[in-house]
Amino acid sequence: MELKSEDVQEYLSYQGNPVREQFPSLNQMVYGKPLIYLDNAATTQKPWKVINAVQEYYTTINSNIHRGVHYLSQKATDAYELSRTTIATFINAKNSREVIFTKGTTEGINLVADCFSRYGITDKDSVIISSFEHHSNIVPWQMLCDKTGARLKVIPMNEDGELLMDDYKALLDDTVKIVAISYVSNTLGTINPIKEIIDLAHQIGSAVLVDAAQAVQHLAIDVKDLDCDFLVFSGHKMYGPTGIGILYGKEEWLEKLPPYQGGGDMIKTVSFVKTEYNELPFKFEAGTPHIEGAINLKVAIDFINEIGLEQIAAFEQGLMSYATTAVQEIPGVNIIGRAKAKTGSLSLSVTGAHPYDIGVLLDKMGIAVRTGHHCTQPIMDFYCIPGTVRASFALYNSTLDVDRFAEGLKRAVNMLV
Amino acid sequence: MTINEKQDELVEEFEFLSDWMDKYEHIIGEAKELPEMQEDLKQDKYIIKGCQSKVWLYPEYKDGKLYFKADSDAIISKGLVGLIVRVLSGYTPEEIQTADLYFIDKIGLKEHLSPTRSNGLLAMVKQIKLYALALSTANKVQQ
Repeated sequence: MELKSEDVQEYLSYQGNPVREQFPSLNQMVYGKPLIYLDNAATTQKPWKVINAVQEYYTTINSNIHRGVHYLSQKATDAYELSRTTIATFINAKNSREVIFTKGTTEGINLVADCFSRYGITDKDSVIISSFEHHSNIVPWQMLCDKTGARLKVIPMNEDGELLMDDYKALLDDTVKIVAISYVSNTLGTINPIKEIIDLAHQIGSAVLVDAAQAVQHLAIDVKDLDCDFLVFSGHKMYGPTGIGILYGKEEWLEKLPPYQGGGDMIKTVSFVKTEYNELPFKFEAGTPHIEGAINLKVAIDFINEIGLEQIAAFEQGLMSYATTAVQEIPGVNIIGRAKAKTGSLSLSVTGAHPYDIGVLLDKMGIAVRTGHHCTQPIMDFYCIPGTVRASFALYNSTLDVDRFAEGLKRAVNMLV
Repeated sequence: MTINEKQDELVEEFEFLSDWMDKYEHIIGEAKELPEMQEDLKQDKYIIKGCQSKVWLYPEYKDGKLYFKADSDAIISKGLVGLIVRVLSGYTPEEIQTADLYFIDKIGLKEHLSPTRSNGLLAMVKQIKLYALALSTANKVQQ
């Protein structure tokens, strides 16, 4: 079923959600109950378009890229590079040389952290992250600090899960070389004032990496407007294939930094005396990449563009406030993360019940949520809880899903408390 | 009653609970019946860490038999722990070491013992067997 823009409002109405029909995996029973999928911050389901495109790739143009002069290799290379251009347009990059294919967000962050660690960082320098980063935006920087002796500084947050901007300003001094920060928190759903964070860092000459893994599927992103130096995200959280992601980097930064991994495709000439590296973006793409994933990420982005991120954002905002109201009415439920600006994830705890127990019971009711620390253990320490129950939304969810979730939650709480 | 007779008793108990929610209701009931573990026994050396829930396991060796006290911070884990303790507590190390825990599979809760479940249960069963192994080896040396 193709979406026409004039139909979108109707499709995305609260009376159920026909976009859902495009996602075959949602149409199944688990434990004899219809599946309610609310674990979208972990990964999203895939639309027919992407699923069909995967098959089409392997049945028509599968071959290695950038190497062969033969027909199929040309076809695959064209499709791969067309995807890069589409992604550049999607995030409004200056050109496609600024778009590097990676395995995902984690690899993007590791790439930048590793390259930075070999780019003149010393024990006089520091790196800033926030207190609600995913482990993938903590550990690579700790590794950089171990290697270089640089100091890791952490922006604190308040009880609502909002960053304390005055404390952030106080951390900014001339030792700061890079600020690595999530646009949207995967656990709390908080949307950071990312533009202000970037501007402040630039004022003291620090680079900024934005982890957009939980943002890119919910909010329109314009890297020129944000003026971030790096931005990373994953394909599988935005209806695309798993194992593919994007690192955006300003051309001048990507030119300056040393390469990440060595191998084929990232070189111009190799001899045992000296190797000359390839130009951007290939300098950072050693080895045969996830060609099919890269090509079909474009299909996922086309799918998002057909609906439009503004429409998606408005719809998901509606779902978030509907869900917040619904769960708040259940006795014992505490919402974890009450930032004014939120998207994607709704975390909660229940007084007297362990999140694991709630997750097990919801699962048996056919409701998929995530329980635990969500790879953000420092947040759990902050709130002194073992974990949260997290419902996270996508464009195919509806208020019916939320109703089922709220009913299930109520039933689980009654059984446990 | 042998370990297997106890397992069969449990299988029978669960046989009438066809709905998942009834099964879990029963497990939660089991947790609530499990004798409280004294707080001073909840030491780090008795903790078995899962990714999501913690399990404490305290072994006692009396008159040639191994007894266990257990607890968990999650009630479903605690109920499952209670079932395992009910089956294995009060037997000789040799009996425990060679026991085949088939009841979990038979009552449809096998998934809780999968290594990916990370609730500490699989590690707990391993730990029980390890205590039993250590004691039975020590017994053999003494003989």
